[in-house]
Amino acid sequence: MSTMYQVLRGPEHFLPPAAASMGIRLPDPGQAHIHGKIVNEDEAMEVAARQFLSAKVPTIFPGPLVLWAWNEKAAGKATAIRHLYETLKESVTASQQAMLIPMPDYRPKYPKINPEIEINPNHPNLTIWHNKIDTCMFVGVHCHQANLSLKIIRGGTYCYTIAMCAQAGHEDAMVSFRDATADKIMKLADWVKKLKGSVEPPKD
Amino acid sequence: MATQSLVGTKNRAGQVVTDAWKLLHEAERTPCFYTGSEVIKEAVRRANCDVMIAYPITPQSEAAALIGELFAEGFIGDYFRGESEFAVMSQCAGAAFGGARVFTTTAGPGTMRAMENFPMWAGARLPIQMIVTCRGINSPLSIQPDTLEISYLLNTGMLVWHAETAQDFYDWILKGYMVSEEPDVHLPLALCCDGFFVTHTKDVVNLTPADMCLPPYDPYRSPVPCMDMECPPVRMMRDPFVMKSNYISYATHASWQQEVWAAVERSRKHTIRWLDGLIEVDRPEAEILIVSSGTAVSQGREAQALLEEDGIDVGIVKIKSLRPWPVDEIREATKNAKHIIVPEFNVTGWLAKEIRATIPDTDRVYAGPHVCGGMTMPPEVIAADVKKHLGLKSESLAGRGS
Repeated sequence: MSTMYQVLRGPEHFLPPAAASMGIRLPDPGQAHIHGKIVNEDEAMEVAARQFLSAKVPTIFPGPLVLWAWNEKAAGKATAIRHLYETLKESVTASQQAMLIPMPDYRPKYPKINPEIEINPNHPNLTIWHNKIDTCMFVGVHCHQANLSLKIIRGGTYCYTIAMCAQAGHEDAMVSFRDATADKIMKLADWVKKLKGSVEPPKD
Repeated sequence: MATQSLVGTKNRAGQVVTDAWKLLHEAERTPCFYTGSEVIKEAVRRANCDVMIAYPITPQSEAAALIGELFAEGFIGDYFRGESEFAVMSQCAGAAFGGARVFTTTAGPGTMRAMENFPMWAGARLPIQMIVTCRGINSPLSIQPDTLEISYLLNTGMLVWHAETAQDFYDWILKGYMVSEEPDVHLPLALCCDGFFVTHTKDVVNLTPADMCLPPYDPYRSPVPCMDMECPPVRMMRDPFVMKSNYISYATHASWQQEVWAAVERSRKHTIRWLDGLIEVDRPEAEILIVSSGTAVSQGREAQALLEEDGIDVGIVKIKSLRPWPVDEIREATKNAKHIIVPEFNVTGWLAKEIRATIPDTDRVYAGPHVCGGMTMPPEVIAADVKKHLGLKSESLAGRGS
């Protein structure tokens, strides 16, 4: 099924469609997608790094699969995520604010959620609006919950979304990787470091 | 992938865990003369199932009882009988929430009684496999084949496949788990056949070796966590945000539903790979096509042969998957057809409606012939309808003549 649909920044619609239902297909191993177009992974790495560096509030949302050391891979990814966050902090200008906000579980928590310290997949916009987040990356979130969130974010916010998925990837993100490993997260950190200073920071 | 690392090891029954593609495409096959019910048992024997839940009252097939024998032989982790169809399907959900590979069977009124569970399974992303050996659902009751119940399953969010033969059934039970357990899919599968015709008749079926089985289900690849009373969807069931009247709660529910149907879409590429396409086409160049699913395809083939004797060239389109629905494939297969005949074993003609909603120039579609309530569909009836549609005369079958 060919499609003209592109997965772009929102706010898209009162109820945006699932990108899969609009003909967007997931990448195969070794690939990624940018706005729904299948590309090689390196191309997506560069786009994701540039997006982070050009954002006012580049933010990483780690989910429960990497917040607890339930196996060695999870612990390794958590270390890599912390490294990516530190790299981001070192690479952005004083006018930018890198953030690391966890998604510890999936329980609906509105209206009591504290958007400064957590994000929830059922109402992610609260955290994004409150912190004025304009680029985010999901990592370690169960795929169903990530897709819910990514779609809601696209529907109601201007936030640019990146998915670092351990399984098959996410059509509803603007950039999506698949088969995420600690090495892949470190590679993204390398791209951020490599592009540091070469990307124009956001204007106020 | 964790389950792949188990290839070459032995399961609880001493079967060798085998790469699924090799098991189904490269392993030696042995022809056996079995009823459809026995074929279901033999497929489940090789499926490395954790749990099977049965409701064996006057059953549409013997499959549930036969799988009980598998439990006694050690091939199934757990097996029990539910109090009702609703209970069975709820218990299947419980087992799947806990991370088990689950199998069950149903038919007719039982399917309808359990219906509430099926969108729940899909919404909870539970890759349960349910065999539907279709039978009549309306009063007066019938245990004879009738595919009306399939139409009720089409909008549950489940994958729905329609097997034509016992061989389809055998292969698709095993392939079904491979598609529905993919993390980007992770949906229940309703694997349907026309009860009695397929379940109670014997046919030669080529079986894979009994000492080889599928890799086990790996719940850690699931797109949702294993059951946790604090996590959705269970949390929603006891503290439902659907009860809250605000935009956020509605938008979340809407997004959740969209995600289920997105997963059906994602199953497309996996289904195409495992079933070798969503449809099968014979003589696509013919101007007359018989498009159908299940055993109506077999009758269509017989009608095709009859019509060929009269010099009428007819093609056959066999629809294997109803969800995902083969939109592009059907458009392509029917693009040159002038007459599209859709024979069905139900009174409403739901398949013809689906086809009409898919292709241009819908006046090409002839919805019929229809039989139901257990009636057979003689190929002569299909052939006569084709001729009638072409404006040709045919011999009287059981009516007043033409």
